[in-house]
Order: sequence, then C-alpha cells, then structure tokens
Amino acid sequence: MQTNRLNQGGFIDRHKTLRFTFNGQSYFGYQGDTLASALVANDIKIVGRSFKYHRPRGIIGSGAEEPNAIFQIGSGATTEAGMRATQIELYDGLVAKSEKGWPSLSFDIAIINDWFSKLFGAGFYYKTFMYPAKFWKIYEYFLRRMAGLGRAPKQPDPDHYSHQNIHCDILIVGAGPAGLIAGVSAGKSGAKVIIADDQAMFGGSLLASKEIIGGQSSEEWIASQVEILKTLPNVTCLPRSTVFGYYDYNFLTINERCTNHLSEFTAGKIRQKLWRVRAKRVVLAQGAFERPLVFPNNDRPGIMLASAVSNYIHRYGVIPGKNAVLFTNNDSAYQAAIDIKTAGAQSVLIVDSRSEQPSDMVDAAKKCGVELQFDAVIRNVIGNKSIKAVQISAYDASDNTCKDKAEKRDCDLLIYSGGWSPAVHLHSQSGGKNKWDNERHCFVPGKPSQASSSIGSCNGTWILEDCLKEGITCAQEMVTNLGFKAVDMKLPSSKKTKINPMMPLWQVIAKDSSENLPKQFVDYQNDTTVSDIYLAVREGYTGIEHVKRYTALGFGTDQGKLGNINGMAILGQALKKPIEQIGTTTFRPAYTPVTFGVVAGEDIDEMFEPTRKTAIHDFHADRKAPFEIVGQWLRPWYFPEDNEDMLSAVSRECIAARSSLGIMDASTLGKIDVCGKDAVSFLEKIYTHDVAKMAIGQCAYGIMLGEDGMIKDDGVMARLGENHFYLTTTTGGAANVMSWLEQWLQTEWPHLDVYMTSLTDHLSTIALVGPNSRRVLQTLVNTDLSAEFFPFMRTCKSEIAGIAIDLYRVSFSGELAFEVNVNSNFALHLWNLLMKAGKDFGITPYGTETMHVLRAEKGFIIVGQDTDGSVNPLDAGLGWLISKEKDFLGKRSLERADSLRKDRKQLVGLLSVDNKSVIPEGAQLIEKKATSGPTPMYGHVSSSYYSPILGHPIALALVQSGRNRYGEKLLAVSSDAKAIEVSITKPIFYDLKGEQQRVE
Amino acid sequence: MLLIKCPWCGERDETEFSYGGEAAIKRPLKPKDLNDKDWADYLFMRKNTRGLFLEQWNHSVGCRQWFLVERNTVTYEIISTKRMNSDALNSEDSQ
Ligand SMILES: [Zn+2]
Repeated sequence: MQTNRLNQGGFIDRHKTLRFTFNGQSYFGYQGDTLASALVANDIKIVGRSFKYHRPRGIIGSGAEEPNAIFQIGSGATTEAGMRATQIELYDGLVAKSEKGWPSLSFDIAIINDWFSKLFGAGFYYKTFMYPAKFWKIYEYFLRRMAGLGRAPKQPDPDHYSHQNIHCDILIVGAGPAGLIAGVSAGKSGAKVIIADDQAMFGGSLLASKEIIGGQSSEEWIASQVEILKTLPNVTCLPRSTVFGYYDYNFLTINERCTNHLSEFTAGKIRQKLWRVRAKRVVLAQGAFERPLVFPNNDRPGIMLASAVSNYIHRYGVIPGKNAVLFTNNDSAYQAAIDIKTAGAQSVLIVDSRSEQPSDMVDAAKKCGVELQFDAVIRNVIGNKSIKAVQISAYDASDNTCKDKAEKRDCDLLIYSGGWSPAVHLHSQSGGKNKWDNERHCFVPGKPSQASSSIGSCNGTWILEDCLKEGITCAQEMVTNLGFKAVDMKLPSSKKTKINPMMPLWQVIAKDSSENLPKQFVDYQNDTTVSDIYLAVREGYTGIEHVKRYTALGFGTDQGKLGNINGMAILGQALKKPIEQIGTTTFRPAYTPVTFGVVAGEDIDEMFEPTRKTAIHDFHADRKAPFEIVGQWLRPWYFPEDNEDMLSAVSRECIAARSSLGIMDASTLGKIDVCGKDAVSFLEKIYTHDVAKMAIGQCAYGIMLGEDGMIKDDGVMARLGENHFYLTTTTGGAANVMSWLEQWLQTEWPHLDVYMTSLTDHLSTIALVGPNSRRVLQTLVNTDLSAEFFPFMRTCKSEIAGIAIDLYRVSFSGELAFEVNVNSNFALHLWNLLMKAGKDFGITPYGTETMHVLRAEKGFIIVGQDTDGSVNPLDAGLGWLISKEKDFLGKRSLERADSLRKDRKQLVGLLSVDNKSVIPEGAQLIEKKATSGPTPMYGHVSSSYYSPILGHPIALALVQSGRNRYGEKLLAVSSDAKAIEVSITKPIFYDLKGEQQRVE
Repeated sequence: MLLIKCPWCGERDETEFSYGGEAAIKRPLKPKDLNDKDWADYLFMRKNTRGLFLEQWNHSVGCRQWFLVERNTVTYEIISTKRMNSDALNSEDSQ
C-alpha cells in the first residue's frame, strides 16, 4: 500500500504502476518514481543498517548525498552494488536489496556493536582485530559479512559500454535555474554548448518548488527553457549524466546512464556512456547540499532533510509523514514545513534554534497553520526502528548549550536542516581552492585555477533571482571571450523573499551532561560520531586530514557530502579554533561512484589487448597445436600427433630436428631494417660487437645493453649493404627495442643519417633445422647452398617458385639450419612448399617448447628468462662479444666496481645428480649442508628441460661465482617440489665444439 | 589530462604520449674517461624540480617524435613545446 502517496502532484504517472521488490518483498510505485520515493510512498522506514554499529537507518536525502539507502540492484551478471536509491529511477521488475543487515534488516545480529559501542570508537580498526595475527582470518570473515559493502557479480558483464570524445566551447554542469539560463544564454549566441545534469529531468531545485518565474510556474518555465535548448543545434543536452571528474586542461568526464532506468536487462543497447570532454570554458552550476544537524540519536529512521521532504512532495507526490517536527537554524527549511502542511500533514512544529525575527518565511509558515517554537533545539530522539517522539529543550545562544529540561513531542517524521554547503567538488577537483565564508557559514569556491566559473548555489548564491542573474552574466562573459556575440537576455522576474541569516549550530551540547548524551552522528555512512572526533583530538590528532583517516569521516562512497562540514566545525570546536583554520578537504574524482564497465568502455577482451597471429597460423591451428602467448603473439607450443602428450611430442620433435629435419615458424621475431649513411656508426653505439668490421652479407649474433651495462635484448643482425642492416630482436622485445633505438637516435644523435623501419609483420620467418635442411632447401632454390658459397652466418637473396626470399644461414638450435624470410602474404604458401619438399626426410614442424629445449642444450640464453635486467654480458658468458676498441651503450658500466665483483651471479649449467629429476624453474640453489641462521641462496634455476637427445634433464642457472664452481654440488629447492641435488657444469650440454651448425 | 602540443602534429591528449624524463642530459663523449662517481651521476641522478622543468616527451602513438616540453611540475602547466634538433642539444659527433 502506497500509504504515503498523495492523490495529486508530482512528475509521476499514476496510470503506470511499476512492481519492484525490496529485500524480497513486493511493492508498487509509479512511472517517474525513484526507488527512494517509491519506498517512502510505501512507508518503508528502515532501508539499511549502519556500517559499524549496525543501527537501523532510513532515507535521509533525495539525491547524490544519500548515505543510508545504498542497495544492491539486480542479481546475477547484471547486478550492481553501492547504488543510491535516491538516484535509481524505478522500472518494472526492479530488484533491490539492502547491502547491510545480516541476517535481516529488522534483527541485525551486529546491533550488539551498538550496545558495546565503547569498544568501537574512533580508530577501532587500528586498535581492534589486530592480535593475535592468526585470528585475522576469522575476524575478516565476520567483518566482511557485517560490513556489507555489496557484492560484485561473479559472471562477466553482458552489457555494452561506450566512450565518446567531444570538444565544446562551454560545458555547463547542472541544469538547475542558473545552469539552464546560462545554457540558453550561451546557446543562443551560437557557441557549442553541452549541458549535463545527473537527474532524469532538467530543472534542479525548481522541480521541488512552486516559484513563479517570469510569470510562469517553475514547471512551465523549465519546460520553456528546455524547449529552447532542444531547438538549438549547437546545444547538446545530457540528462542522467553525472560529470564526475574535472582534470587538467579543462578535461572532464561524464557518466551518462543510457538504459539503467529502463531495465536491468538491456543487452544489445549501450547501457552507459563515458563522455570525455575537452571544454574551452566550464560553468559549474551543481547546486548545494543541505546539511544535517548534529544532535543525539540524529540517525533514527524517520529523520529527513528539509529539501528532501519538499522533493518527495513536489516531484513524486509522496508525503513522508503525518506529524512532523522540523528542526532548523535557517529560513530556507521553513519551505518544507509549509510544503508538508499544505500537502496534508496533521501537525507540523518548527523548532528553530534562533530567536524570533520578522521574516517572510515565518509569516508564511504561520499562515498555513505551522506551529513555531524559537530558541529551542532537539535534545534527543525517541524510537529505535522508527521515530516516535522528540525531546525539545530551550537553547541558550550565549554559551551554545541547551537546558537539561526537555519537553516531549510525538511525531512520525523529524525534518532537519543545518543550512547549505555549496557543491564545490568539481571546483576543488579542477585545482581551485575553497574559502570559508563567515556570513554564509559555508565553503565557497575560491579563484578558479582553470577556465571555469561557479554560479548559483554552488557559488553560495541562495536567492533565485541572483542565481538567474549569475547564469546570464557568466554565459555572456564567456561567449564574448570566446569570440561570439552575446545575446541580450532579460532577467525573468521572481519572488523576492526576505530571509534572516542562519545561525551556525554545529552540535547540540547539553549544559551539564555532555558526556552521557547518546550518539550524535556526523558521518552516517561511516558511523562517525561527535565523540569520535573528540577522542581523536584527545589522542593527539589535530589536522583534519589525520582526523578524517582516524575517524573515517568522509571516507564513504558519499565522500562526506553531508558530514564533512559539520565534522570540520566540530573539530574546530574541539580544538577551539575557527573553522577556517581547520582547513578544507580536497575532493577527488569520482564525484559519485562510477561503474568499472563505463570506465573500461569498449576496451575489453580483444579490444583491450589484441591477439597477434602469424601468417602461418592456420597450419598450426589445423594441426591442433596448443598455443602459447608470447608478447601478444599466439605461438604454437608443440604439435601433438595421435593423442601424444607434451613430453612425447617434444621428444619426437627434438629428435627429428637433431637427426633429420625440423621446421619452425619464427615469424614473431622482431625485425628492423636500418639504413642511411650513418647506419654503421649508429649500430656501433648500439651493439657490443664490431659492426664496422662486418662484411656485406655477413650475419652476427649481437647483444645490446642498457647504459647500466645489463643485457637489454639480443638477436642475429646482418649487413645487407654498405649502409644497410637487418636486425632481429626477441619476440617480446620488438617494440621496446624499436623505441629504444628511436629515442637514442632522436634525442642524443639527431645528426646521424639513419632510417629505421619495423618489418616484424611485413616479413615472415621460417626456420628449416637439421642435418637434412640444406639438401631439402637446395631442391627449391638455384642459389648454391654449399658451405663454400654459403657458409655459416651468411645471408643472401634468393627465390622459391617465383617468390623472392632472403636466406640466412643461422642457427638457434646448434644444427645446420636456414632461416627463410618471405613477404607474409606468401608465407603460408611457402611453408606448405617446404613441408612438401621435406616429406621424404620426415620434416617435422615444431613449436616453442622444442625450440627451448634445443637452445638450452646448446646453452643459448633467452633474454628475459635467463637474464632479468641484472645480468651483464660477462655474467652471461658473452664476454667474447664485447669490442675492446669502440665505445657502445653500457660499456662504461661494465667497469663499475659492482660489475667487476667476483661473486656476481654467472650463467652455468646444472645436471640432476640422480640423472632423472627435472629441476623446477625458479628453484633456489642452496648449500647441501644445513647452516645456522638464514640459508644462503646462491642463485636460481632459469631454464630447465628434459633433453631427449641426451636422455636426461638439463638446466641453466645463475649462480654466485658460478664459473668457479664447476663440479660442485648444491640443492635446488622450490616450494612445490622436494629438494633435488644438482651439480654445476658449463652451460652447454650438446655438441660441445659447435661443429654441427658449422658443418661443411 | 594534459593537452600536449606535439611540435609536429599539434594538440593531442596526454594518452598519446610517453614521458621521457629530464631533458638535455648529455651522454658523455668519452665515457671511459669518467670516474665511477661521474658516470653514476650521468646514469642515475635526475633532478626533481619543483616548478619549471625541461623534459622530453615522445608522441609514441602518433608521429613517434621525441620533443622538448617546458612544464611547471606544480601546476602542470605546459609553457612551451619545441622540436628536438641538433642545435638545441648542442650535439657533436663522437666519432
Ligand atoms: Zn606528433
């Protein structure tokens, strides 16, 4: 039963009934409701349990400030956590659950926290649950269940999100009266304007008022302004769009909720959109937040902000109570009393902490039958699960205290207002400071640090007419500044209300017994109380940033929208300092929480990280090779035949390559073409070996170092011409090496005439490996491949079946081998030709695993596996590559004292003493004898395989002073295997003299 | 997000660029003549300026050019950007 629904009024459609569930119960609301207004209509008092004390809580606000009605919406893959009911538009079938409250809302087991709350004061996370450490798992289980911070879906998000970049002249944040008129004014001048508002309807505070503007009702006036905006082609209106981030150079981000209001299930449509805006000017017109008042038990369900009450009545046709008390220190709240009385409340009493003074609001309240009591405050609230009555005491403004004597007043709704806090969040995010205003008792935006202006109530301007004036003036200045002709705008007339100044009232203090007062909440979301702030001060915290962290004030998802100012003022009282000396807090994006989905946008799955496939990929896939991802490339791991397991497949592949013929797709190698008349002097600086001495057509194994002397990358490079080179890099290092070379060329040696081109994708590389490789290849090419004409480490151009190729006689296996480079468009065709030609010799495709075994048998390193950024060429046994004569990047570092240490880790080989245990990669190497104290670790295993050709396991390792320890025995230990006794050997296991790759 | 004017392409979002740290660190022409300390200074030591700072940026997902940026490290204001040319760097061939 929508017991609190009015028969008329509000922007709702009473003919469209919507069904929804809250904590499993079914309820009804109307089209146009928010979830919060529907709950209030259904007289739902308790919507959640508080964070620490698990006290029952009700709806306080009607917008982004709401701290209590935070729900889990939906279920399954589309569920969303941390959603404020005040910002959720109701749709048919909506499913909402409280995030806090276990086992149920009305009986929450953790309410005992409230009863034992002396234990749960400020800093309780620091002080409690710390010891003994082994109990943490138990604590965590309960804390997580009790804290109830919502659940993320376990399934992938089925919805679509999108990003859009846009430039504009003026971005207007907020479509209340100031923002709307600024939008019309700027839009008419021809400037490109975006106007965004987080609500479904434009109008802001006017939606909840019955003002007359320029002779029109506020409703009519809003409609006429929106109509103008819609007809202007240069204006983009974005309702349901929260501007949540204001970054450098007027870059702002907007979260538009496109389908959230329609249903939980809108797959196929864009659910939310992230607008990335670069604005020449920004108008901040986000309005202000009403402040709660701080008094004992000010968190009981049935306590609501004055502005929220007006909102529920005027926007949703919902009356939140029948017998209301309104507690205020300012005039603006009177409107709520008038609204609720006019809407049919039986009794309304205003309790005003100020003394009676003539004012339009007082007259208006009296006129409609509202009772008034001045010089009084609410001293306590009676009723746990819903408010039953309040205690009212006389207030003594001379010492800011209230009398102990109290009179009781029954009510079912307590409305309160402590004045207004401008929403300075975006101004603060943009880098602007805020300053305390001692007349208006709030922080107002200081000087903007970017091209922006704050107008209306977010600038601390409360009177409607002034807000409208600021909107027009601001827009006219901005458009003129941007070179447009400002359009004359008439200031629409509006009622001039005489209002009395507010009285700062930060906390209700009892004359005598302040210690024994019930809890007075400052931050509802984090259960921060007045006594927590005093406790923090007693314990030595004085800075606001420290107190915030100690008491968790402002650390909820509402970022202290309600509590921060009261908290700072109370800290000021505790420290006996004026609030302006307490400082201000910095606001950071996001203004309200933003979904991960919209942040990720389309950048998910393959759009987040592309998958690279070689030109020969289809062959590998046809052979059902499992793939390994290497630097985004899918590389075939091994090629199983007839349900072979990996070990059998790799053994077969290794034996084939060593005894007859293997073939491998090496296309993922990084490939860089370098030319220009200074190519030689450039590469001399990059590589450690003597590049200038290389003959045309010669290949060399080259390594490049960082300036710190550590191995950066390696690969074969070849001299193709006098000033023309071809470099290869590791698969994973291709892009980095290119960037590295470009950086040196452009920043240090820009005078060198050198041109570089990445050929990584353009060329495919096929390696033919094994004693029969030359015989097979020779059947396809006219080039003489004999050792005399084409010896080891040479390159030449050739042709197969009319396809131009580059041949390299190089080897990463230690066998006689040729690498064939071919335009990728012909690669698969060429691969198939080679497969056919090698058929009689049992040509065997092999993958990365066999490649690793073959290279490890020869002790060839993989940069990044056998090196880790702390390994220099001497450590890796590559001293023979270092030119004595020339300078190159990193050379000087090889002479640093640290590089010359005798106990550096060096690359060695390892053999298992039992000749059968494969040592886990990553295993640490320790002394066989137990030692006292921490066990010294001499190094670790970097590569380890079973060698089929040798019939036993082999491994490479980095070991302290390794080259002096050949023959020594150590233990290899890892967390997931038992210790294996190993002996240290040279890092080469097969064909020790290297005869096979050089075979004549 | 910074708006950076690539001297080759014009204004682009910060996400198109990568940062290259302090600019105008000159690689010693004869590293072997340096003692360990001087070499370490060149290799590791970088200024951490508060205020105006000359740094190098790369238009890494654009034209891939390195260029110089004068930026205020407090306000993030970019004062100027300019091309990196051999004159600006006062470079000479070490050969
Ligand atoms: Zn560029």
